[in-house]
Amino acid sequence: MKPFTYLKPHDIEAAIPAGTPPGTKYLGGGTNLVDLMREGIEQPDHLVDITGLHLDGIEELPDGSLRIGAAVRNSTLAAHPKVRKGYRVLSEALLSGASGQLRNMATVGGNLLQRTRCPYFYSDAAACNKRQPGSGCDALDGFNRSCAVLGVSDSCIAAHPSDMCVALSALDAVVHVQGPGGTREIPLTELHRLPGDTPNIENTLEAGELVTAVVLPPPLSARSTYRKVRDRASYAFALASVAAALEIEDDKVTRIRLALGGVGTKPWRAYEAERLLLGGPADEQAYRRAAEAELAAATVRAGNAFKVTLAEATIVAVLRDLSKAGAGS
Amino acid sequence: MTQDSPAGGTNGKYVGRPIARIDGPAKTSGQARFAAEYSYPDLAYAALVYSTIARGRILSMETAAAKAVDGVVAVLTHENAPPMKPAGKLSPFDVSSIAISTSVNYLATDEVHWNGQPIAVVVAETHEAAQYAASLVTATYQHWHAKVDFASEVPNAIPDKGIPFMTGKADKGDAMAALATSPFTVDLEFSTPQYNHNALEPHATTAVWDGDKLTVHEGTQSLTGVQGQLAKRFGIPKDNVRVLSPFVGGGFGGKARPWAGTLLAVLAARATGRPVRLTLTREGVYHTVGGRTASTQRVALGAGTDGQLASIVHTSVSRTGYVGGMPERITEVSHETYAAPNIYLQQSSMKLDLVSNTFMRAPGEAIGSFGLESAIDELAWDMGMDPIQLRMANEPDRGPVSGKVFAHRHLREAYAVGAERFGWDQRELRAGAMRDGRWLVGMGVATAHHTAMQLTSSVTVRLNADGTVVVRCAMQEMGMGAPTVQTQIVADELGVPLEAVRVEYGDTDLPWGAPAFGSVQTASVTAAVLAACTKLKQSVLTLARKQPASPFKGRKLPELDTRDAGLFFGTRGQSYVEILNAAGRNHVEVAYKPNMPAFLARTVRDVGWRPKAATGAQFCEVRVDADTGEVRVSRWLGVFDVGTVINARTAESQLRGGIIMGIGMALTERTLIDHRSGRIINPSLSEYHIPVHADVPHIDVQYLNKPEPNSPLGLLGLGEIGITGVPAAIANAVRHATGKRVLDLPITLDKVL
Repeated sequence: MKPFTYLKPHDIEAAIPAGTPPGTKYLGGGTNLVDLMREGIEQPDHLVDITGLHLDGIEELPDGSLRIGAAVRNSTLAAHPKVRKGYRVLSEALLSGASGQLRNMATVGGNLLQRTRCPYFYSDAAACNKRQPGSGCDALDGFNRSCAVLGVSDSCIAAHPSDMCVALSALDAVVHVQGPGGTREIPLTELHRLPGDTPNIENTLEAGELVTAVVLPPPLSARSTYRKVRDRASYAFALASVAAALEIEDDKVTRIRLALGGVGTKPWRAYEAERLLLGGPADEQAYRRAAEAELAAATVRAGNAFKVTLAEATIVAVLRDLSKAGAGS
Repeated sequence: MTQDSPAGGTNGKYVGRPIARIDGPAKTSGQARFAAEYSYPDLAYAALVYSTIARGRILSMETAAAKAVDGVVAVLTHENAPPMKPAGKLSPFDVSSIAISTSVNYLATDEVHWNGQPIAVVVAETHEAAQYAASLVTATYQHWHAKVDFASEVPNAIPDKGIPFMTGKADKGDAMAALATSPFTVDLEFSTPQYNHNALEPHATTAVWDGDKLTVHEGTQSLTGVQGQLAKRFGIPKDNVRVLSPFVGGGFGGKARPWAGTLLAVLAARATGRPVRLTLTREGVYHTVGGRTASTQRVALGAGTDGQLASIVHTSVSRTGYVGGMPERITEVSHETYAAPNIYLQQSSMKLDLVSNTFMRAPGEAIGSFGLESAIDELAWDMGMDPIQLRMANEPDRGPVSGKVFAHRHLREAYAVGAERFGWDQRELRAGAMRDGRWLVGMGVATAHHTAMQLTSSVTVRLNADGTVVVRCAMQEMGMGAPTVQTQIVADELGVPLEAVRVEYGDTDLPWGAPAFGSVQTASVTAAVLAACTKLKQSVLTLARKQPASPFKGRKLPELDTRDAGLFFGTRGQSYVEILNAAGRNHVEVAYKPNMPAFLARTVRDVGWRPKAATGAQFCEVRVDADTGEVRVSRWLGVFDVGTVINARTAESQLRGGIIMGIGMALTERTLIDHRSGRIINPSLSEYHIPVHADVPHIDVQYLNKPEPNSPLGLLGLGEIGITGVPAAIANAVRHATGKRVLDLPITLDKVL
């Protein structure tokens, strides 16, 4: 690991100037960044630890929304009564990620910014435009079973690895950031960028901008859930995952939120499927049609073509389960 | 689960009992030290630099940046490293030659033979500085054509000779003709990927030179293999090399030979004149330690309307490396499993520009049983027969190829016990007929089989005047409980309490012990220990009889009982303490040393005349998600015939571990080798999926506990049998749950979806 300096400031006003110069990274739980540093993929000169900034609170705001500090640990958030009660999809998504030990360390802010698990991104002997811009992409004709089918480009097909972000996408979460130029709010769905020709640039944060909180709008009345499909029962990234909230009245879909993980280059809000479902019949045929419509835009490679079928099947299964469970209750 | 029946081999006080492992407290309290935990004054740390191409020549190396890192002591490359001697060749006359892992003379050549070959070693004052500096070393290469893709080279495989005593070959009757005329046939092509070693303890070496004497701390399955190889490579007498390995954090075949890290730690210590520790990263283990070969198999079976097999055709392809490895004995399993008048078995292999393949738990049988036991299951579906019934219809009473009568085979009983205990009669006959909510439920069985071998060992046993006993043997303990078991055996043989016995092991200064691979160690060491204990009792008796009032005048050893820490004739006896004190001796020590030519002659004879094997019946239940194809194992029962079980606790733990490894082999594990670069691209526990706890159900292990008549104490080695049959049992259960026959491991959801 390349040597680096380490600073742990006690207030944001000190953290941001320290975190702005090139070669500086903010450090949360370190469950992804430190691994990447060990692998030599991230080589920061300076680390600014943000766990002393008192960003670890969870509070209900007067309008009923929930403000989650960026340094809140994943396990704390998953277990929080307000999250378990009002945002079940988020709690389930968090609990499906990583392992108990990692969730105890990982922070919300770090989870938002975690980097892909594409094996070629990790292989120093491989071409990867995300790791080394302009070097090419060995995943295109290599092992791409884990790679994305939605939002891909000729430069990069790496899948976004987060479970939490998929749930946040479905919940219309808003990311609060503070930087040298002040504070601003970014809808979660606009935080991550599609790879295009610059897969190395993964989000819309500016230099020095620090994620301070994630705010969830007031709880949905709809029932929600998260389903993750993977190669082993725990400690594996999603091959496909579905975050969904569904409300049904008189056999019609009155409220729908749908987002996908494991299949997109960013947390994938399934707007097309939502549009088709809303106001339509709440039956399996409609679910399947909507799923197929969402995946119609998929671009597959030899190893990941199955993900289209898998994602469709998982969407249908999740909506079917939510309907059976008495959506709207 | 302990059986009701007592141990079959002896009526011992300790043998057959579930004794807790004696090194448990040391391990759980952190006092057990592993190879990377020995400190020396002035200890330096080494890290490896790996090639990034598969085949070619190093044109230049850039080491300046690495040398400039604070704390770097040396950067060793082929341009400045002291040379090692060549590896030599595998020879049946040189037991230590089995320890050759690759033929590469690291750092004495500019030639690259696989992607990930070590091309430099950085030595530094700290592990961190060494790792960082190693990341700064770069090389330019002349690229040569490399063959790295197993699948595309399969058509170029040529028949091989297997390994000594196990050719995997048979040609009895006319199997092809019998296949063509059989009313029922299956003819299936199977494939399995490369699997890699993931022992909890990554390979690590601490090497210390003192003049031309070398001390090495190394987790190994073969102390003398490491000793012999290091002596040869560094040009010193064998007795100048001491290898210490009291604890090994898992081996599974991956620590049967010293790999690059061991050699280069010793080289770095010699070059720098300092003690050196080299701990491989997990990625380093993948790059420098071989794994289980990828394979393809064809299994064709022909049967009559009564289910009797008329023909077995089993052929296979495996790979070695251009720099070493051995063909995998995949078809060996079909020598021993089913009776048939016509049998054709043939193995082929090819060489690739990858690191040598190597042993991994049940080499050959783990892969071969997947093909054979899936095929027999598919034949049962075709015939509408129960798969256990079909197997029992073809259960042989003698070696199907050798024609030799089995002295010991209880597979029928294993299936009977298993079917009853597992509730096999609850299995719906139709595929896809059992359901539990969103899960399709399936049940499958497969036969487990592992050929038993026995080597020999030297051992000394010392009886002290205070009644304590010290057993010394350079055997290996990698977690399976070897010293615990020997302690039990010696306590029973001498009739002393367990606490009186201390077993010393894991050190080449001790008498030569058998290696811990091939499931041979316990049988091999036990034979020597039994002989030594008899010799010791004879010596003690001789001493006792010299005393004027000895109760043993005119008595011979077979007439005496050994109990209560002494010798008895009827009710008259003397304790060991009394005998030694009366004789004025503070100890009696005996050595057992095998006569090697006689042993080898007997082994060659036994392989032909008395084939021995552990067998078993694997039962499993799987659940397959009806929407997504996810496969989860929900129940497991293994019923094993492993002869006498010396220690139910450690035995079950090993068998259970084998089954878990088989679940990984069946469902989740595979090494991804990029078909262009030959690089392993998932060299981590995050991306190489071994099963996690949530993937492993309760595993019920049962054993028949019938002594093998030709084994010491009637025991059969059980380190490897646990994994055999597991992938097939799972594939067969998936077939039952879904109607789909998956021929290609691992059974990931995309193959079931």
